Amino acid sequence: MWLKLAALLTRPATKYFFIALALVFPLVAQNEYQIYVMASAFVWAIAVYGLNIITGYCGQLNLAHGGFFALGAYTLGLLTADYGWSYWPALVAALVMTAVVGFFVGVVSLRLKEHYFAIFTLCVGFIMYLLMDKWEELTHGPVGVRNIAPPNGFGLVDFTDTTSIYYLVLVFLVLTMWFIGRLSRSLLGRTFTAIRNGDELAQSLGINLMRNKVLAFVLSTTFAGLAGALYAGMVRFIGPEDANVLHTFDMITYLLVGGIGTLSGPLVGTMGIVWLTQSLQFMEEYRMILFGPLLVFLVIFFPRGIVGSFLSWLHRRTQGEAEAAAKTQQSRGTTGRRVNNNA
Amino acid sequence: MLRIENLTKMFGGLAAVKDISVEFEANQVNAIIGPNGAGKSTFFNLVAGSHKPSFGHIILDGEDITTLRCDYIARRGVGRTFQTTNLFEQASVLDNLIVGHRLRTRSGLWDVLVNSRRLQQEEKLSRDKAREALEFVGLSHVENRFIADITQEERKRVAFALALTTDPKILLLDEPAAGINPEETQGLAELIGRMKDHGLTVCLIEHKMDMVMGIADKIMVLDHGEKIAEGTPEQVREDPAVIEAYLGSDDDAAA
Repeated sequence: MWLKLAALLTRPATKYFFIALALVFPLVAQNEYQIYVMASAFVWAIAVYGLNIITGYCGQLNLAHGGFFALGAYTLGLLTADYGWSYWPALVAALVMTAVVGFFVGVVSLRLKEHYFAIFTLCVGFIMYLLMDKWEELTHGPVGVRNIAPPNGFGLVDFTDTTSIYYLVLVFLVLTMWFIGRLSRSLLGRTFTAIRNGDELAQSLGINLMRNKVLAFVLSTTFAGLAGALYAGMVRFIGPEDANVLHTFDMITYLLVGGIGTLSGPLVGTMGIVWLTQSLQFMEEYRMILFGPLLVFLVIFFPRGIVGSFLSWLHRRTQGEAEAAAKTQQSRGTTGRRVNNNA
Repeated sequence: MLRIENLTKMFGGLAAVKDISVEFEANQVNAIIGPNGAGKSTFFNLVAGSHKPSFGHIILDGEDITTLRCDYIARRGVGRTFQTTNLFEQASVLDNLIVGHRLRTRSGLWDVLVNSRRLQQEEKLSRDKAREALEFVGLSHVENRFIADITQEERKRVAFALALTTDPKILLLDEPAAGINPEETQGLAELIGRMKDHGLTVCLIEHKMDMVMGIADKIMVLDHGEKIAEGTPEQVREDPAVIEAYLGSDDDAAA
């Protein structure tokens, strides 16, 4: 019974159910603030999906992710506020900017492995923060960027109220998930996973390490840039604090809780923690007393996060039942329905 | 098939592999044996391209592959297994094998975006290759199991299958029988024999002498980075230099 219910969650059709839920959410939300929280959770989820490509699938812990998020936000913010660009060209510029900077940072940093790569990218993120904080002529320094343009509307739709922004962000989130889903099932996604399993083995399979790692890195920074640009257009005010490395660690937490290297993990983790944080608002800083043990508990007992552990459990159960069934029939043939590990 | 000329690898002042010249014939099982630290794994790393030799040449089917990067060497048809193979534990056996044929495919990011026909065909091809390799090593019945849930011996076979999905001409096996029992070792030896029957050239490093003597057509013996003997199992077994390397010389015994 439970197994059947659980298996239902991995059906392809289930995603339409969740999209429908997201579509009606603004109608049932109690106030505008909830819609706003949901929209910002979607924005973070997009960034976490980016992080999942390089860290989850490809196995390289990138600590500059928050920096790229802020780079996207600043590109859009400065172009619209100081240089009179309208929103959509500025959004494209933000994507190009994070992709190009990502390429050069990737080419240099990916020559390093494991913790050296993590430390290097931590420094890159901090340099980005310093540039935003100290380069006052360009970035206005600690004052931040104000008067960022909201998204231009199309005909009947304009993006001046929270609900329409919510739908805009939702569209980008769905597009992101669609792309990552397709990527993770493709040969390219499998190539990234092979690199995570080990450089040496991947090379023995004829995989060009540098090219694939740089590609994964650029994809990941571009999604960070997309999230940052959406964020800037939504909050309309950004400052150097948005590049704080704490945001990177927040995103890593979302990823770990949801399930690293899984398709729905980033969304589950981000939603779960953002709403948990919101509902514990009254505890202020003491929330961390609850968060700390919770995180330790998750990492010890569910090292693959909520989604990853769920999928492993489901796979083993269906596999076990299928093998038991095969045994009773005394036949050695197929061993059960294949559970999609990417769900 | 594979010709090695004066191959030398220096680590600092130490020669891990010293002036080795040898030729491995196609469609044979070639074994490389020697005491610990003799340079066997370094030799494999040089052939597969993960280390670059200090001197010498590696010639595969008439082509000099000495300076090629290891992913290109893999594409030229050199497959290999490692003493330990790190696979994705929480994914099925089949899922782990599909990527093996990646080097013979060309789909890139654009194909993923538009879900091109080429990508679909190549994914089907890779999946078929993985199933074929799995059947060859006799593990079709565990294709849906997680890697974490299969036995040590099955892991060895999966590692073989992964190397086979790359469509190699020559296969380098680094201690395939380490950590498994004699009965399973026998099974692996039979599998290696089947690879030979299918036209593959096999090179293996192995410490289990029974297995090596049983399946090798040719044995090369290394000691302190140098080739001290080469020949059929019978020739090598009788060779005084080999006996000395393994058992120590009379002088050592006296000392």
